[in-house]
Amino acid sequence: MNKVLLQGQGIETYYGKIQALKGIDFQVNEGEIATVIGSNGAGKSTLMMTIFGTPRARAGRIVFDGQDITQMPTYEIAHLGLAQSPEGRRIFPRMTVLENLQMGATVNALRNVTEDLPKVFRLFPRLEERQSQRAGTLSGGEQQMLAIGRAMMARPRLLLLDEPSLGLAPIIVKQIFDAIRMLNRQEGLTVLLVEQNANHALKLAHRAYVMVNGKITMSGTGQELLKRPEVRAAYLEGGH
Amino acid sequence: MVRDWDNNPELEVQHLTMRFGGLVAIGDLSFNVARKQITALIGPNGAGKTTVFNCITGFYKPTEGMLKLNHGDGKQFLLERMDDFRVNREARVARTFQNIRLFSGMTVVENLMVAQHNTLMNASGYTIGALLGIGGYKRAAAEALDKASYWLEKVNLLDRADDPAGDLSYGAQRRLEIARAMCTNPRLLCLDEPAAGLNPQESGELNKLLRTIRDEHDAAILLIEHDMSVVMGISDHIVVLDYGRKIADGTPDEVKIDPAVIRAYLGVEDEEDEDLVEEAIVAVAPDLAGTIKPAATKQAPTKPAPAKRAAKSKAPAKKATKSKAAAKKAGRK
Repeated sequence: MNKVLLQGQGIETYYGKIQALKGIDFQVNEGEIATVIGSNGAGKSTLMMTIFGTPRARAGRIVFDGQDITQMPTYEIAHLGLAQSPEGRRIFPRMTVLENLQMGATVNALRNVTEDLPKVFRLFPRLEERQSQRAGTLSGGEQQMLAIGRAMMARPRLLLLDEPSLGLAPIIVKQIFDAIRMLNRQEGLTVLLVEQNANHALKLAHRAYVMVNGKITMSGTGQELLKRPEVRAAYLEGGH
Repeated sequence: MVRDWDNNPELEVQHLTMRFGGLVAIGDLSFNVARKQITALIGPNGAGKTTVFNCITGFYKPTEGMLKLNHGDGKQFLLERMDDFRVNREARVARTFQNIRLFSGMTVVENLMVAQHNTLMNASGYTIGALLGIGGYKRAAAEALDKASYWLEKVNLLDRADDPAGDLSYGAQRRLEIARAMCTNPRLLCLDEPAAGLNPQESGELNKLLRTIRDEHDAAILLIEHDMSVVMGISDHIVVLDYGRKIADGTPDEVKIDPAVIRAYLGVEDEEDEDLVEEAIVAVAPDLAGTIKPAATKQAPTKPAPAKRAAKSKAPAKKATKSKAAAKKAGRK
């Protein structure tokens, strides 16, 4: 059994008076791919953001590698080795593609740029073609690639991906999921993944959670959840 | 072969070219959008799809080419020559945005009222009439509200009408953008990735909504989308771009077996006519309750049959091709 890398206990998050997370318990072990699935508005992205301290959890505890990060400033959390590719990309639009990627590596004082840049470019050749272009002029899908690449440049111990496939062409989506699997297998990267494409996410995941209205309603291995009829009905079947 | 979309189309794009400095974002692109049909514009990231939208909707002035919109009642517009605000007001082209652009501080219903600003302004005699209580402002305002409620119901957001738009989930904001566009009574509705961030169930709902718009509101729809369950499920016509040029143009069945499309976009060979089946499923899909629990309980007993569908409609969502095979495998387990 691997050790627990990230653990949440009874996390509650509010937006004003609205409670978005109603006591979330979850964990991600070292070397695992964990996923949270659930429909729009279930609170998945809120969970991702709460881990990073914006918004702050009003109750509960978040522990990363034995350290309580619940009240830690976001930049310190980043320095512990968590990186996120957020929903909505949030790239720096007026910096070039290359500068954006370098920003990702600032938590390591840019030590790994020469080594890791080629890796990102191998995954997303389009970014290499466009490296001196301002990121704001990239197409939506290219910005998504950049957000993922920037998170990878931080060489995180835990990579949080919020809907990495959003807005990407099918061929690129496949590459991204292959890349996640590869990074996990070969380099032991731990990943927490939020994805609408539950089918893909569950197949990839060692551990999976289903979130409904701010609560975890089911958990298990990805394969287990794939077989559950209620999961199939709610998240895997289109149009019905 | 004469195609539907070549015969008196709603929109003719002819030799469209858009350059940014030395970069040719779109090169000599021509295609048609048929009246009352759903046309999908697909292609790899950075192929120029959104740029085409920006040209059609007046956000960019194309470097070269013609964009002819024909309402079919004798009214014709050359979009590339019109001021951007007239493209919506007179040519009746409406759009949604890939990166959502709602008025996030306004409520949901306020967003829809703003969309009807032109109508309301006229009715109010540019405010003066409304202030004096003369003219048809009251009636116009009531109608605007009715229309807003109508579309809120269609996109399943009626119960959120008074919440700030920024508080809605991503998927709900996308639906609100569609409702806002529809409140301007468009003849041509341009949707930039309407299914992004939707789960399979929600994209099934979207398919239904778009069909309603096409069939009951006489609008032509032009759509950019990567979710193949949507594209293949509802499109009448697909145009494929790569590096700003057209590489394919045809029906879904033609396009999905086109080797150039598979190479540039889909990735791997498509195995079956799953999408046809899927289309059938979506068509019969009854109303899709927004909540998960009821759906789950309803579904559970009929598991064996839907299991296969699951694979189907799930996989093409964004992943297309290869994942479909895998999904099917999973479905059989």
